[in-house]
Amino acid sequence: MAGFWKRFRNDNLAMGVSLFLLMVITLAILAPLLAPYDPTAQNIIDKFQGPSLTHWFGTDQLGRDVFSRILFGGRVTILVSVLTMVVTIVIGTVLGVMAGYFRGTVDDVIMRICDIMLSFPSEVLILAIVGILGTGITNIVLATVIAKWAWYVRMIRSIVIQFMDSNYIRFAKVAGCSTGHIVRKHLLVGAIGEIAVLATLDTAAIILNISALSFLGLGVQPPTAEWGMMLNEAKNVMTTNPGQMLAPGMAIFLVVAAFNFLGDSIQEALNPKINRGFKTKRYSLLDSLFGRKKVVTE
Amino acid sequence: MKNYIVKRLLWMIPILIGISFFAFVLINLSPSDPAEVAIRVNEITPTAENIAQMREQLGLDDPFMTRYLTWLSNALQGDFGNSYANNKPVGEEIAKALPPTLYLAGVSLLIIVVVSVGAGVLCAVKEDSITDKTMRAIVFVGTAIPGFWAGILLMWLFAVKLKWLPTSGMTTPVAVLLPAVTLSLGYIATYVRLIRNNMIHNKRENYVLYGRVRGLKEQTIMKHVFKNSLQTSLTALGMSIPKLIAGTVVIENIFAWPGIGRLCVTAIFNRDFPMIQAYVLIMAVLFVFCNLLVDLGSVWIDPRRRKEA
Repeated sequence: MAGFWKRFRNDNLAMGVSLFLLMVITLAILAPLLAPYDPTAQNIIDKFQGPSLTHWFGTDQLGRDVFSRILFGGRVTILVSVLTMVVTIVIGTVLGVMAGYFRGTVDDVIMRICDIMLSFPSEVLILAIVGILGTGITNIVLATVIAKWAWYVRMIRSIVIQFMDSNYIRFAKVAGCSTGHIVRKHLLVGAIGEIAVLATLDTAAIILNISALSFLGLGVQPPTAEWGMMLNEAKNVMTTNPGQMLAPGMAIFLVVAAFNFLGDSIQEALNPKINRGFKTKRYSLLDSLFGRKKVVTE
Repeated sequence: MKNYIVKRLLWMIPILIGISFFAFVLINLSPSDPAEVAIRVNEITPTAENIAQMREQLGLDDPFMTRYLTWLSNALQGDFGNSYANNKPVGEEIAKALPPTLYLAGVSLLIIVVVSVGAGVLCAVKEDSITDKTMRAIVFVGTAIPGFWAGILLMWLFAVKLKWLPTSGMTTPVAVLLPAVTLSLGYIATYVRLIRNNMIHNKRENYVLYGRVRGLKEQTIMKHVFKNSLQTSLTALGMSIPKLIAGTVVIENIFAWPGIGRLCVTAIFNRDFPMIQAYVLIMAVLFVFCNLLVDLGSVWIDPRRRKEA
């Protein structure tokens, strides 16, 4: 793990992206303190103003301050997505570790249930559950968790199985360590990095998913600010005020890109072996932007 | 090979039963009474009397298994009940909406295959060149851009600003272009990446070195590299087809495309349970059959696995 942090800290882009995400999350949490205006306060006289000192990102079709709405929207989009990810990852880790550690009947039962869950495309499953429970952000989170947990169980199980074959776990077993001790002190510590990669990359996917559902009007209900819903409102005034599409779209894009990036960087810091062939070469920005880890050089 | 196919086909039976059961149970898990919903959506105030009448009409008072079997045997004959919202048969509505969705997904698939094979091969052949790097930057943007944002931006540029294409609907033959391109963006990003990385991986294999030693033309070598790189992409592509069809939901709503995705979202707003149920069942069955084709296809395509199986 020490090597991991060192490599991670030396990766300028990884540090930059982490800082950016930290800043975004702080802004989202502190939105009520930082936002210059009430995100739902309408001021119809001032509608569709361009960016200015009083309204940094301008105002929307109801004269609401777009900058404040972006801050409050980030609160919903990012915090809800992170929450969803945490819940799924906890379920995935518990069941995945159980299946991978105990194998046998436990494994069979868990995996067969996963097989059935995975025979539904997750998009359809989410729509089905939202259809049954009704629209709203809570239902969307619930639907996302139900649709995604099985996939996590399967991924984490395969990570765990990989570790179960390693000598140090075998040794711990022979030495008579208790199951709880092995899982906590050996298995989870070993697997945490790969789980973090999964979690980071999936947060990006969840943000896209939740904002898409809000865009369709199935998630957050007006007048609450949310990035996907802001785009939905922007779409309606596209012919007269196309500028409205910029801020919320850019916000989603940057945060999703940052999470994708962070996932790639963590993976790379975990497995420096994968691109040993490139060690001597300093990456260009574009190299680091995409695909470093995938380049296999034996 | 034969054994494998038989086994794989037999495995379909429990999966299909499981799916139909799940689609049926889902509606019964709903916190609201279907009879009450069916009355409410027609803007009639529910009373104890008309709820009882509706329960009778929908057969909700029968035992659970009886209801499941009735529903299933009707569904197999294409009868999914009547929509709560407009009382039209759900089966007909879906049959009407399916062709536009398949058409949209088909055109997207074509775009995906042509563009990602072209770009992927180009990137791999000219590894680390300016073309490769530019392409990778574009692909990176493609993976992070929300499809619906790309959709409305494209719509604004080509339909509102330049007026080259219609904004929405299925009015002219070219109307399919904008939604299809929007739908394919994310997939193109994935496949360019996949094909490129697979080919680069293959380029470092011994057979390529041997080919070079033999003095084969670079073009011939690349042809082999390309063929060997296709397998994972084909598997992934097969898996993407049902996702592509399911993914039309957002795109169809942006471009007012008269397909099943739009039907489904409208049904969710109307709490039109029979419609949602039919959508879920049809999509899941489609998904399972695509998986079957992918599995069989990947065995057939790989001589090693063909022998093994």
